[in-house]
This record gives sequence, C-alpha cells and structure tokens, in this order.
Amino acid sequence: MIDVVMPQMGESIVEGTLTKWLKKPGERVERDEALFEISTDKVDTEIPSPAAGTLAEVLVAEGQTVAVNTVVARIEESAAARAAAPAAEAAEASVAAPPLTPAPAAAAPAAAAEAPPEEAPPEAVGPLSPLVRKMLREHNLDPRLIKGTGAGGRITKQDVEAFLAARAEAAAAPVPTPPVSPPAAAPPPAGEPAPAAPPLSAPAPAPPPEAPPARPEAPKVRIEPMSVMRQKIAEHMILSRRTSAHVTTVHRVDMTRVARMRERYKAEVQQRYGFSLTFLPFVTRAAAQALRAYPLLNASIDGSNIVYHNEINIGIAVALDNGLIVPVIRNADEKSVIGLQRAIADLAARARSRQLKPDEVHGGTFSITNFGSYGSLTGTPIINQPQVAILGVGVVEKAPVVVDEDKIAIRSVCLLSLTFDHRLIDGALADQFMLKLKAVLENWSEEVL
Amino acid sequence: MRVCELHELGRISYSAALALQGELVEKRKQGLISDQFLLLEHPHVITLGRNGRAEHLLAGPEALRRAGIEFHRTDRGGDITYHGPGQVVGYPILDLRAWRRDVVAYVRGLEQVIIEALAEFGLRAGRVPGRTGVWIEDRKIAAIGVHVSRWVTSHGFALNVSTDLSYFRYIVPCGLAAPVTSMAEMGAPASPAQVNRALAAAFARVFECEMIRPVIPVEQAR
Repeated sequence: MIDVVMPQMGESIVEGTLTKWLKKPGERVERDEALFEISTDKVDTEIPSPAAGTLAEVLVAEGQTVAVNTVVARIEESAAARAAAPAAEAAEASVAAPPLTPAPAAAAPAAAAEAPPEEAPPEAVGPLSPLVRKMLREHNLDPRLIKGTGAGGRITKQDVEAFLAARAEAAAAPVPTPPVSPPAAAPPPAGEPAPAAPPLSAPAPAPPPEAPPARPEAPKVRIEPMSVMRQKIAEHMILSRRTSAHVTTVHRVDMTRVARMRERYKAEVQQRYGFSLTFLPFVTRAAAQALRAYPLLNASIDGSNIVYHNEINIGIAVALDNGLIVPVIRNADEKSVIGLQRAIADLAARARSRQLKPDEVHGGTFSITNFGSYGSLTGTPIINQPQVAILGVGVVEKAPVVVDEDKIAIRSVCLLSLTFDHRLIDGALADQFMLKLKAVLENWSEEVL
Repeated sequence: MRVCELHELGRISYSAALALQGELVEKRKQGLISDQFLLLEHPHVITLGRNGRAEHLLAGPEALRRAGIEFHRTDRGGDITYHGPGQVVGYPILDLRAWRRDVVAYVRGLEQVIIEALAEFGLRAGRVPGRTGVWIEDRKIAAIGVHVSRWVTSHGFALNVSTDLSYFRYIVPCGLAAPVTSMAEMGAPASPAQVNRALAAAFARVFECEMIRPVIPVEQAR
C-alpha cells in the first residue's frame, strides 16, 4: 500500500484544505493522474497520484483542512506497475515468491523463469551466507555495492558492518543508495517508509551508486538549459536542412559605384534622418529588383505546388545576444534606399529591444543576412523556411582587381553568396539572379537623396 | 534568464480564454513552450470558483441574461467574481518549479505585480492580511484566483481599470461584503494598453523573467 500525503505547496505552507476527490475508493488510478484537489489561499491545485493502482482508502474528507504530510489516502499498487520494474528486480523477485497473477507478456518475460535460484545469486556478488543475506535485507542494501573481503571475494558480516559505518560517516553529504527492491509479492517490512515519492516533487536523479564518497572534484562541465529562442532556432535550422536541398553560389561584386554614392550622402543622411547609411539598403534594393526579374526566387513550395508571392517581403537577419530574429520589410521593392535603410534601422533596433510585433517577423518571401558586418568574407546561410533562397552579404573591402584587360585597380569589392533550394531552383537560374543583382549594384544609377 | 511570452489578446470570451489556457498549460507541462502571460479583457461574465458559494450570486439566471452577463463555474481558486469591459485580466501560465515551488509565494507575487503597476499611475495600493487581492484602503481593486496543476499555473487576476462597478451588485465579490473600486474611480484613469505595459514590466521584475513579445526567429519554428 502506498500512502498519499498532503503535499507541501510552498515553504511557508503548513496545511491545506482538501477540496475535492477526483477518484472514489475502489476506483483505478494511473500514476500521475489527478487524484484530488487542494486549496490554499485562493489557489486550487490538482494533486497527481504517486502510483498506479486502486484507491483503497480515503482518510480525509472533502472540505477538511489537514497538516502537510498527513496521509490522506492509500493506494493498493497494481501488479502491472510492479511488473514494469526493471527486469533485474523482477527476476530476483520472481524467485523469492512468484507473483500471484501471471505477469503480462511484455514485462518480466523468460528472464524471470531462467533466473537462478536465490541460493545461487549472480556470480558478480558471489555466494552469501544466510546471516549476510539477512543483514542486507534488513538494511535494504545492494550486495553489488559492497566489497567482499572473504574467501573468493565473498561478502562477510564485517564487510556489511564496515559498509554501514562508512555510509553513516558520509551522512553529512549522503550518497543515496538505491534500495534493493523488496520481493514484489511481499509487503515492505514493517516500519519501513512506504516507497511513495512525495507527490509533485520530481525527485532529483540519483547519482551513480558509489560506496565510499568520492573526493569532491571541480566540475568539468557546466550545464545550462537553452533559452526558448535558442531551442526554436535550433529546431528551425534542422527543419530547414531537412526540408531544402541547400546549394550555395558565390559571386564577386564590384561595389565601387555604390561605395562612392554612399560616401557622397552619408553625412547628409545622418544629419537629415539620424541614421547612418550602410551598404545593406543598396543590396536589398538590388535584390528586390532581381526578385522582380526572377520570381521563382521569391516563391515557396507547397507540396507539389509552387507558390509565387506577389509581394516582395524581405527578411533581414538581426543578431541578438545569443539569438537571431528575422524581421521583415514588406513590399521592399516599393521602397527607396533611404526607405529601406530607415526600415532596417528601425526593425533592428526594435528587434534588439524586443519590441517587434508578431506580424513583423512573419510573411517574409526572401531573406538577407549581412554577416559582412562582422568581417566575414562569405558564408553559406541556411534558408529561412518556407522561403527558397537567402542572400549572404560579405564584407565590402578595397582590393586590387584586374580591370580594362590588363590593368590592376583598387576597387571596393564584396562577395555575395546565395543559398537556394535546388528542389525548385537550378544553378543556372540562381546565377542569372545573381548576375542581375550584380549588374544593378555595379551600374548603380539611382540617386539616394 | 527565463523567458516569458506576452500575449495581448484584447477582448476575448471567457470560454475562448479558458480553452486557450488549457492548451497552453498542456504545452507548458510538456516543456514545449516557455512561460506565458496573457493580458486580455472579457465581455460581461460572472465566474464562480470551485470553492465558491452559489449564494454569493445575488441575481437569478433570468436577471443575468437580461443584463447580458454570462455565468461560468470554473476550476480556479477563490469565490465568485465579475469580469467585464474596462477590466484588465491577467492569466500567467507559469511553471512554478522554474521560479519557486510555492503557491502562496506565487499569489503574493501576483499582488506585488499589481501593486507595482498601480504605483506607476500614482496609486498606493497594498494587501489586507487574510484577504488575497490588492486593495486601496478598504476597497478592493484587483481580485486573484489561481489554479495549479503540476506546478503550472492558470487563471490569475483581474484589475479594475475603468470597470463599470455597478455590475458588482450582482455578486458578493469573492464572498466578501467589501466595496470594490477601480483606477478611474481612484483618480488614475488609464488605457488598457498603458496598464498592460505597466503590468508586463512589473511581472518581469517580480517573476525574474525576460518578457518578450511572441515573436519567433523564423516562421514555422513553433
């Protein structure tokens, strides 16, 4: 029988009012199924059952207030629950006293029948004298944890006493010893606390059993849960790799004309609008024009259909502290360089202060990631699903370039990489798109202001 | 720092909010989502907690129907209460194991959130020992009723911003014959959006979490 107790729902809480039984005596209850409800200070709490079985006795009536840890009910554990015990335990148990009901086929199979009789325990431990066996049982010890010093490594009475003494010493920093499960069909020894875990509190995983406490060492690792955002990014990245056939093509683009344009207007833009003019809005504008020319790059796949998006909504990847978000510039093809720069600055700032609205990160049809701002020459970005292509912008740098047949000139150059989904887009099309993008940037003619 | 997603849902029916909470609680228990904080407003509705006494409902079904008020029995703690336009309702879906395994500390925390938010509007609110909720002098401005299942919370609080207090005449609020009040009545009128902002900020402080809008890095990540 498992005792069900009034759980402690907080440090300062000493009692609780049982407001409702969700099961009646005699009814079957599964482990973790809600068994009763308690109320403490305007909080109603459902309490799950600590074990599977039959609700045998209800000791506290609805409406009664009792102290924490008061036994409120008893559960008769079911055979099925016991059969689910690890096979080793089941094997031991079945020899001591065969279960009254045949174990379900899935649990405790042939192994039980083949288990050696108790008089010949597993070789790992060696034979045990009746006295030692009795001591082990009394103290609920696992013989495998005790070093035998007798003939042939046999565990003696002294070994058990030494083990108990060592354990008592270690009590300051107790090393939990997993109890050997008592024979399944036999009740637990009288006075033994019922093996019911306190409801709700998930027990910390027991450290591996070790008889003498190991010398404490500095931990070699530090474990931290991932943030939710990190988990979502991780999921999405894997989802994308699994979904699309990623291929990347890299083109070198001469940004000299754009760089001159930017130089000419930088100060004025800063003064007039309060944000700095970067290369990104030029690239975004050129990408929008190239997407107009090659709408397949602005599409997505739905089963065996191609979905062409009439709007060009470009997502701009924004790095956050240990995270990433891709806010979307809607109708990017309708915006000027200044309009795009304003949108980029605004979305990036609000992304970092977490002020984006949900619809500002949805509905993108193409993405751009500007890793050049961190000095990267080029990269192979992962597609932002359900899109089919993403443009990576490398750093714009001055470099010696061969021009006009055989002359070397210093030009501002940049590597643009396009990762595309080869399910939908072939290399030739991807490169045509890139050549269009390159042509717009290299022959930049639009005025900025 | 733990993340809490903020959802401002506007006006939403009691049953729709109940269904949404049920869904979020299930996902939270499975660890599929982070903590959630729903802020919303209900149309006129009177709800009776599991331990509520029906006699605290002072109007018959017919009178309620005529007044356009829904009636729901529900599984939260607390007695009877009224929700309606002008009231900001907050439903945090929190896994208390990640904060403190203490339901009373949680309720005190909710009170603290409301007290701090009200302070931003110049209102000095406080607690009354033994009477969960937030009070301005002897008038109740916010009610609390919570449900916990496997340490995951649902239901929450209701703060009267510009509530038409006459609707409380249909009930004995929370079984207490004490008067109710609102921010507007106390001379601090505010819009729900302003109150939401103050509540979200106070919530992040009290429950030590980072409040984010439910933006996800990329589509379909959910």
